[in-house]
Amino acid sequence: MSNFLRLENVSKRFGEHTVLASISLEVERGEFLTLLGESGSGKTTLLRILAGFEEATGGRIFLEDEQLDALPPHRRPIHTVFQSYALFPHMSVFDNVAYGLRVRGCARDEMTARVEEALKKVHMEGFSKHFPRQISGGQKQRVALARALVNRPRLLLLDEPLSALDANLRFEMQRELKVLQREVGITFIFVTHDQSEALAISDRVVLLRHGKVEQCGTPRSIYSTPRTAYSASFLGKSNLVQGTVLDGVADCADFSVPVNVADGAVTFSLRPECIAPVTETAQAGEQLVPFVAEVVAEQFHGADSLLTLRCASGTELSARVAGPRGNGGWFAFRAQDLVPLEQE
Amino acid sequence: MARSRLSAWLVTLPPFAWIALFLFTPYCLLFCYSFWSLDAGQQVVHHLTLANYLHLLQTPLYLTVILRSMRIAFSVVLLSLLIGYPLACFLVFQAGKYRRILYQAVIIPLWISYLVRAYAWKVIFGNEGVMNTLLLWCHATRHPLGFLLYSPFAVIVTLTHIYVPFVVLPVVAALEKIPPELLESSSDLGATAWQTFTRVILPLSLPGVLSGATFAFLLSFGDFLAPLLLGGPSSVMIANIVANLFGADYNWPLGAAVAVLILVMVLVILTITQRLERRWRVA
Repeated sequence: MSNFLRLENVSKRFGEHTVLASISLEVERGEFLTLLGESGSGKTTLLRILAGFEEATGGRIFLEDEQLDALPPHRRPIHTVFQSYALFPHMSVFDNVAYGLRVRGCARDEMTARVEEALKKVHMEGFSKHFPRQISGGQKQRVALARALVNRPRLLLLDEPLSALDANLRFEMQRELKVLQREVGITFIFVTHDQSEALAISDRVVLLRHGKVEQCGTPRSIYSTPRTAYSASFLGKSNLVQGTVLDGVADCADFSVPVNVADGAVTFSLRPECIAPVTETAQAGEQLVPFVAEVVAEQFHGADSLLTLRCASGTELSARVAGPRGNGGWFAFRAQDLVPLEQE
Repeated sequence: MARSRLSAWLVTLPPFAWIALFLFTPYCLLFCYSFWSLDAGQQVVHHLTLANYLHLLQTPLYLTVILRSMRIAFSVVLLSLLIGYPLACFLVFQAGKYRRILYQAVIIPLWISYLVRAYAWKVIFGNEGVMNTLLLWCHATRHPLGFLLYSPFAVIVTLTHIYVPFVVLPVVAALEKIPPELLESSSDLGATAWQTFTRVILPLSLPGVLSGATFAFLLSFGDFLAPLLLGGPSSVMIANIVANLFGADYNWPLGAAVAVLILVMVLVILTITQRLERRWRVA
């Protein structure tokens, strides 16, 4: 069984400090994979090891069964888009994009054609004579993308490429990146600390924490079934509910829920949008868990509001509902939305 | 408002006064002198004349010496770059933990008197100096090499030694300004270390090279002590001529004319290099 990219027990230590602890990961061809994590989670180090800028302390990396570890960066069929864009300031946009082809001795006609095609792909065809200082951040980002893609790498690494852009532009670039990735069919590994960006853009998310893989899966699966309390709260907002399970029923002070977990104390994750006023969630065949709560705060967000509910026992829960909700009353959630978390 | 304006004046006045008194006034005097002349009794005649400049143009000696000064200065620049550029590269990219100490090693000679450093070369190059003793001892030569001292060679070596830091420092500054991601990005895109050097590092360091080269050139061009102490008659430079005209010959008007000529040449060179530097400086 050969995967496109395979990491086997890759680790990195700086002296006593472990940055990456035995990461094993398999990536499919054409996948858009995101390495998500806080600063210090090791996501950038992992990317730099893939690019060849850092050497792993242990483990092996294979790209289509070819071992990468020993290759210097300039011999790897992998390109990087840097957070700072890293465009060459003394070269025009054209020369920047042509750089990789030039150093490999590409013929002039082919080079011109490929550079123009790459610039077209990122909607920068009119800018080939401009210099980096003459174009905006978003445009630099596009040029950096074209500069990497023009060489047709087998793997493209993107190190927080959108973090320097303002919110609207970032949103637009996320969409374009995703479309572009489909179009060129190149495997992307994208690094970000922004969970909403990770969810919006990726086929698969790898959540890193302290140099270990905390959870890995599609954005939907990782969001709806977080494995740990850290996953649950890092990816969006979540209520962490404490409960005691006895004979398949979780007793959580304000409500009892049938669950499929072994007996003992368990922490559950309950997403705010899974809680709704009772009348709205009543649907045939679904097992609802009702409870009474008063609304202690309401934060209006336009499309919906975030309510802070206080249950009878004093537990506070966040609920995301559309429209104003008065002072309180009956609320409910579906039993399957209460996700048991692993103990840490 | 008025008060802050007053304090701004008070802050800028001393440097202005300093420049006006000690820089601008002497230059004006020099300029005036260059159009005056001497009478038979060596007294300055305050009549405007172009005689000094005509004399300069008609006497081949001055042109010869100016060209020689330029040749020596140019050699100093070349040698300083050959030594200074690799040193600067090593300092910035390779030195690691020794970087600070090496940097100090480049700067410390600047604290030592020029005279001491020039005399040191006299000791090294003299007929019974370190160099000749060594060559004789290992039978590389039978007689002490005479061309070592009192020659343009000695002047060039001494000036190079003195002005290398002036080349290293701006080049180091230029190299330090290159973001490390640019070098990573270059190798990421498939460039070998040499390609990264020729296509990214070298072009981005050119402004530093230019300002270092300008320093070394202008300082060497106008140097007076090295040719006096280590150069023989074959390496008299233009500043020595000026010193002689003002001193031994007591011909201030002619000396002033030579000085003005040097000044104009220096200004022309500075203007050209500044233009170039502005064009090369990017981002």
